[in-house]
Amino acid sequence: MGTVPEGADDEEAALLARLKAGDDEAFEHIVRTYTGRLLAVARRIVPTEDDARDAVQDAFLSAVRSVDRFEGGARLSTWLHRIVVNASLMKLRTRRRKPEQSIEALLPAFLDDGHHAETFSSWAEPVDQALERAETRDLVRQRIAELPEAYRTVLLMRDIEEMDTGDTARELGISPNAVKIRLHRARQALRSLLARDFRKEPS
Amino acid sequence: VTCRDCDAFLADYLSDELPADQRQRFERHLGLCRNCREYLTQYADTVRAGRSVCTEGTADPPAEVPEELVRAILAARKG
Repeated sequence: MGTVPEGADDEEAALLARLKAGDDEAFEHIVRTYTGRLLAVARRIVPTEDDARDAVQDAFLSAVRSVDRFEGGARLSTWLHRIVVNASLMKLRTRRRKPEQSIEALLPAFLDDGHHAETFSSWAEPVDQALERAETRDLVRQRIAELPEAYRTVLLMRDIEEMDTGDTARELGISPNAVKIRLHRARQALRSLLARDFRKEPS
Repeated sequence: VTCRDCDAFLADYLSDELPADQRQRFERHLGLCRNCREYLTQYADTVRAGRSVCTEGTADPPAEVPEELVRAILAARKG
């Protein structure tokens, strides 16, 4: 995100190597460098300061656990952003006590002749207009939180962090085709969830 | 091209990765099928909504770093 000063790549790579080796100072340096930005992001997603701080803490711990899988396809800041968004979404889900939804039930169904089984009616208002309301934004985040983890992760990597298919595949250890399928299903499932909230009330 | 075929093309269509001949078949189906047009709109809106709500805050100035939070994180890692 944003432009990177020259030399930052090398510095970042060195920092990551030390983090992978379990270096305490490197970890503290990363925590001190990124906490401010991550806390700003978490505060936008969860309703309380305690939850935001917990999400940042969870994010750093989760980053340490998964640093070996971090390939450097994304920047450190981008990677941490995704982890804190995910940690914040999990706080949101726990708070609302909403379980993960099963993916199959959220995919479109087709008739034997290949037609959609469902007739899609248009949403009550343009999505950009709906997103101007904080409660709608909160609702969309809640729905993303309800996606099964494997799908939510790919959605965050591809659509939010805008990583390419190849980098996403390498980081997750799955094939590029599997990334494409998961991304498509994640979007389909999220669309189904949002459609329940956004459809016009029957008049 | 059926609605089912059309659905399989959606992601590649939106990212402009569909080969020209498939794109043509996809668009021909869309022209004839109101239901697939509506689905495409909602699918694209879904992608936009997700991106919008999850990138909120990235442009915010960094928060003040609470020292007690830093200490808690360092301590938690030591477990």
